[in-house]
Amino acid sequence: MNLRNAALAASMALIAATAQADVKVGMITTLSGGGAGLGIDVRDGFMLAVKQAGRDDLEVVIEDDQRKPDVAVQLADKMIQSEKVDVLTGIIWSNLAMAVVPAATAQGKFYLSPNAGPSPLAGKGCHPNYFNVAWQNDNLHEAAGAYATDSGFKNSFVLAPNYPAGKDALTGYKRFFKGELAGELYTKLGQTDYAAEIAQIRASGADSVFFFLPGGMGISFLKQYAASGVDLPLVGPAFSFDQGVLQAVGDAAMGVKNTSQWNKDIDNAANAAFVESFQAEYGRLPSLYASQGFDTANLLISAMDKADVADADAFRAALKAAEFDSVRGDFSFGDNHHPIQTIYVREVIKEGDVFTNKIIATGLSDHVDAYGAECKM
Amino acid sequence: MSRETYLNIATLAVLAGVPLWAWMADEPFTITLATRAVIFALAGVGLNLALGLGGLVSLGHAAFFGIGGYAMGILASHAQSYTPLIEVPFVIEGTKSMIVIWLVAILASALAALAIGVLSLRTSGVYFIMITLAFGQMIYYFAISWPAYGGEDGLSIYLRNDFPGVNTLMPMQFFGLCFAILCLVLVGMNLLQKSAFGLALSAARQNETRVLSVGMEPYKLRLVAFVISGAITGLAGALFADLNRFVSPTMLSWQMSGEIMIFIIIGGVGRLFGPVIGAMIFILLEHVLGGLSEFWHVYLGALLLGIVLFAKGGVIGALAGREKAHD
Amino acid sequence: MTPLLFIEQLLNGLQFGVMLFLMSAGLTLVFGVMGLINLAHGSLYMIGAFAAAAVAAATGSFILALMASLAAAALAGALIELTIIRRLYDRDHLDQVLATFALILIFSEGTRWLFGSFPLFLDVPAALAGPVTLPGGIEYPTYRLTIIVIGFLVAAGMFALINRTRIGIRIRAGEADREMIAALGVDIAKLYTFVFALGAALAGFAGALVGAIQSVQVGMGEPVLILAFVVIVIGGIGSIKGAFVGALLVGLTDTMGRFLLPQVFALFMEPSAAVSIGSALASMLIYILMAGVLVMRPRGLYGVS
Repeated sequence: MNLRNAALAASMALIAATAQADVKVGMITTLSGGGAGLGIDVRDGFMLAVKQAGRDDLEVVIEDDQRKPDVAVQLADKMIQSEKVDVLTGIIWSNLAMAVVPAATAQGKFYLSPNAGPSPLAGKGCHPNYFNVAWQNDNLHEAAGAYATDSGFKNSFVLAPNYPAGKDALTGYKRFFKGELAGELYTKLGQTDYAAEIAQIRASGADSVFFFLPGGMGISFLKQYAASGVDLPLVGPAFSFDQGVLQAVGDAAMGVKNTSQWNKDIDNAANAAFVESFQAEYGRLPSLYASQGFDTANLLISAMDKADVADADAFRAALKAAEFDSVRGDFSFGDNHHPIQTIYVREVIKEGDVFTNKIIATGLSDHVDAYGAECKM
Repeated sequence: MSRETYLNIATLAVLAGVPLWAWMADEPFTITLATRAVIFALAGVGLNLALGLGGLVSLGHAAFFGIGGYAMGILASHAQSYTPLIEVPFVIEGTKSMIVIWLVAILASALAALAIGVLSLRTSGVYFIMITLAFGQMIYYFAISWPAYGGEDGLSIYLRNDFPGVNTLMPMQFFGLCFAILCLVLVGMNLLQKSAFGLALSAARQNETRVLSVGMEPYKLRLVAFVISGAITGLAGALFADLNRFVSPTMLSWQMSGEIMIFIIIGGVGRLFGPVIGAMIFILLEHVLGGLSEFWHVYLGALLLGIVLFAKGGVIGALAGREKAHD
Repeated sequence: MTPLLFIEQLLNGLQFGVMLFLMSAGLTLVFGVMGLINLAHGSLYMIGAFAAAAVAAATGSFILALMASLAAAALAGALIELTIIRRLYDRDHLDQVLATFALILIFSEGTRWLFGSFPLFLDVPAALAGPVTLPGGIEYPTYRLTIIVIGFLVAAGMFALINRTRIGIRIRAGEADREMIAALGVDIAKLYTFVFALGAALAGFAGALVGAIQSVQVGMGEPVLILAFVVIVIGGIGSIKGAFVGALLVGLTDTMGRFLLPQVFALFMEPSAAVSIGSALASMLIYILMAGVLVMRPRGLYGVS
């Protein structure tokens, strides 16, 4: 599977390099090390859209940031100074985005975020050339809070890792959750054993649990939670229930409610075609991250149809219009260039042998993030 | 002159020549890479004093690198937002002056090295490796969870800090500045190695009993070396943060400590120019191998293994022959 | 806070400690006998977990998966001992750290190349799923109790091996005086390969056991490696008894710190700041413990000087 991806990327780079490109895109994403699954999905989604568009005036340069902020900064310098790219994209992690985006946009480059949406970039630090095609970081957590309120939960136990994105997650949940908090815990980043936390959940008298534990932390927590015999309902953002990690969690995730702006069963033609072609191309189901990469590329291509990248104002307006068929259905940008979109509640189900999600409710309709008012541009 | 001296001169010529060529050919990114190599070399020179000369295998030098980086990040971010650093009992303002930032970085990392050194130097061997690692991890987790300065997100600075008469935003001028500092530190290190202190430190590594018997205290020698070593690495950290206009806890991680150590091993332990050559090769490898394959770490690992197993004494050892016998 | 919760957290701390002992037993054995710092110990742990996940997926049997983890890690261990590690015994610690660091890079990316970038699935066997009710009404996961039992069995087995068997005598003799036992006709090279493979097998076994309740993914070995080093350094490197005591000490300190520190800070601070600062201090606690122990006893609790 990986060999195929690599071969595909290589052949595409080759095709792209031989063409005379009018728009050059620099993709900085995580392709090696522990978090590589996310970067590979964004890249594959993005390149699928590029391939389907079949344009010879679009060139993509892909580099691996190893999930290190200083490497990402260095690659951004390289792409701006040597490769002379017009548009940057690809970064997965908020801390890497915070390191790269302000400097890149200050140098007049466009940045399209396919994943991270830290709050400073949506509020005080917003920039006309920065467009977020995924979500503001708080969004999915806010929808989880709204869903918990709608479900009649009165007393939630909340936990997240002790780092900025973890604190944002709990803030987002609390913004829309109207009940009481039975307990609030910050765990160590990268922690893999949650026995002590689960014991506190059991003793807290909560009626529901909200958790944000991305990557391996979430897998560990879910397995241990399932084995503990605590049967309070779990709510969380989509990150721990994504197509890439779900198979590793297995039965422990069954029935858990999670919030996401995308799922493979959203009913529109663009999404159906995306899911089918992604499976045909890569032999696996697309993930949330792949859908975001795909949308990012299509947004870019829609802007290329309407304006020349050399005319920054026109190109910016074309991006802002967001006239492309998003796989999530309705999609538009708010004044701070962050998405206005519907966030759904999904439930983990099993289709044959494969764990996946289905949409069961709407968490927040046409949701706008909380930081737009602080953005002056 | 010895072969090693020729090699050192050639190294400096390449390190200065490549960015000069890049400057004329208008390849600013190559200058950035060279600056990165110079700064890593400086961090390595710092560690090399403890590791090469003092025999102190510290797996916690990222702590000093990161503290230097945060000295720059904290001072510059306060200057950027026009908020004082502290107001009680007296007002301390942030600053964008590189000279002040460097002094603070050196002082802060020296103090940290003093505190860590006083406790760690009671141990030796593997225990020393591990206790320095433990202190490094302590500071790393502190930085991640301390919300005031960005936690894991780190701190971004929009413009490089100022140095009188230099436009630090121009890659070539910033490179020149870093290169000059590296050269100064190398000269200082050369003097230090030949000084009475350097000889005594080296002697304490080779034969502790003999040093004791002439009435010197190895503990004090090592502590002084450890503090100077931490201070130099801290200065490199401040420069590194300025190069990226960004500082984050990644600079404090144990992998960073490992990388600084790798520069020294590639170049040659205890050699004045070991870390310089090592850092240059490392940057080159990262750049070339990283473009070849997603799985470039495999090649990097294989190469490292080859150097450790078959090229004892690093590149300098292989090219310039073994060191003159010490004892 | 009820007394029952306190007892349950003590049990969690004990259980985490036993888990840490399983992870670090092989490491301390290898250091004690050969004087080798093996940073790639975490990679062997990862290999065990991946082998177990692959075999469990293919056969559905957890027992076979555990056996596969032992075999795969022992094999990988023997292989690197014969090709690489044995060249490092005479080198200084610096070379050992670096060479085994290089092995981490190779193993991590090699595993990703073989198995892909996504985490694998490995679950506890059906018979051990779910909780049991302990006396006093504590509900506790059966699998975690099993880990505690296995941990004690492994500890007992290792004491027996070192103190009661012929191989153990040779290992102890080798620790004390390498030349002498070689002169007595013991094949030192074979003994070392055996000890290294045994250490690797223990690491792989721990990887499979713990992987079933955690995440089987590339890079899973590195946090474990650091923890294992903390454990064996506190206990005194090379001492099995030290590793056992150190592991329990670290497990209890970490668990109780995570549990109690936020509550202690909440006594005199506003709650959200207390949670934040308490958690920050808790994440540093085991390193503070380790530095404290080394300052008091520079060779660990049971180390020989």
